[in-house]
Amino acid sequence: MSALALSDAATIAAAVSSGRSSAREAVAGALDRIARIDGRVGSFTDVLAQRALARADALDGALGRGEPAGSLAGVPFAVKNLIDIAGLPTRAGSKINRDRPPAERDGALVRRLEAAGAILVGALNMGEYAYDFTGENVHDGDAHNPHALAHMTGGSSGGSGAALAAGLVPLTLGSDTNGSIRVPAAFCGCFGLKPTYGRLSRAGSFPFVGSLDHLGPMARSVTDLALAYDAMLGPDPDDPVATSRPPEPAMPNLESGIGGLRIAVAGGYFARGGDPEAFAAVARVADALGASRTVELPEAGRARAAAYLITAAEGATLHLDRLRARPRDFDPAVRDRLIAGAMIPAPFVERAQRFRRWYRAAVLALFDTVDVILAPATPCRAPRGGLTHFILDGVTLPVRANIGVFTQPISFIGLPVVATPVWLDAGLPLGVQVIAAPWREDLALRVSRHLERTGVCAAPVAELA
Amino acid sequence: MPETPLPFDPDSYASVAAGLLGLALDPAWIVPITANLRVLAAAAELVSAFALPDEAEAAPRFEA
Repeated sequence: MSALALSDAATIAAAVSSGRSSAREAVAGALDRIARIDGRVGSFTDVLAQRALARADALDGALGRGEPAGSLAGVPFAVKNLIDIAGLPTRAGSKINRDRPPAERDGALVRRLEAAGAILVGALNMGEYAYDFTGENVHDGDAHNPHALAHMTGGSSGGSGAALAAGLVPLTLGSDTNGSIRVPAAFCGCFGLKPTYGRLSRAGSFPFVGSLDHLGPMARSVTDLALAYDAMLGPDPDDPVATSRPPEPAMPNLESGIGGLRIAVAGGYFARGGDPEAFAAVARVADALGASRTVELPEAGRARAAAYLITAAEGATLHLDRLRARPRDFDPAVRDRLIAGAMIPAPFVERAQRFRRWYRAAVLALFDTVDVILAPATPCRAPRGGLTHFILDGVTLPVRANIGVFTQPISFIGLPVVATPVWLDAGLPLGVQVIAAPWREDLALRVSRHLERTGVCAAPVAELA
Repeated sequence: MPETPLPFDPDSYASVAAGLLGLALDPAWIVPITANLRVLAAAAELVSAFALPDEAEAAPRFEA
């Protein structure tokens, strides 16, 4: 096996750029591990060996001619299968979308990563239409948590987390509407960045809830998150909510540490309703950062309820024609939620959107006195696959709807978050959300990098082979 | 005329709303759909119970 196969993206890019290794070696190593290991993990739905090797050879040729290397030269990556890949129908975890015509070109973020030298090797499994927190898929088979194959990956970017934890690729893209990057990052023990709403272009991806959808990178190191994030920055007229702010790269200050930063722990809603381990993970991170202050995000429970309503209604609106024409081709659990969502009276949804405006102002006021807020990513470790109900704080609740209780109030107002993996013991990991004010991804990444550098957070490859 | 609203009946509501929406429901789907409706109704009640100023506009913006 190539020494590069389990390396992080920064190491691969340095090796390829310097000529110590080739892009072909990096890509072939990833393809080899996918072929040998993914049958047990189920993270990939499409492997693009021919395309990837051709691009690797083209990159090696360019570097051999002395052309400049990009920041991600030769880095194999894969994307959640709701992001367009030229020549494939964008299935978004569904059966129905397989009947769509193949995408004519790659999604915007794929093009930007490849412009930086990264090489796409495939598409990744996900929950149907992203309406999922489990990583289970009735059409493609479930993604399995590489750290305990009988357990969930989390979702809906389940394949994106699993491919990292299995060491198949060092970099993936996911989407996050209510927690779909942060939940699989927590369950699979890797890092995930959900950027500010509007920061990264969503052009060329299949939507779920337009007013809540984000795309972002996942990786096994914070440096890799930052490298990928920086490469994907920039306005895009093809995404109606993409910001026109100039790019604000994170790499220049990534190693600046936490000096001068005001860091607090989210209390109240974020300190109850989960397993003790979820809060122990936050406490460990807070201790490491010297964060003794607690802040309360006002009305966070109501914010979660409002996000739930908007998601159900907007998602149902998107899929109404498909629900009419092909209801039996949906995952039943997704179909039933969407049909119920279609029946929500409009005033309930409008009220939720008005509440969102109030909540945004109330939470942003907190950032006058604090720079970073810590909160659990999930209320528990990864449940066993197939589990439909769990007990949280003594209350029996449906799994699918409640894994995101701590992520929903944050993405509801588009705050940037890095999900950082914490290993309390020999069991499965937990995740902590490192949350910053809008457009301050740099701070969330800086704090996460400090946690990684000091050994508080880590994203090891699972022992599968 | 009743002075208080009638209690919410998800079963009958789902059947009537399905007709309005042009959705054909398999009878086997009614139970999970109404379970989801109950969760959504509870969420709506929680959100609606929060007093908002009339000036609070919906969050999404449109720029012409």
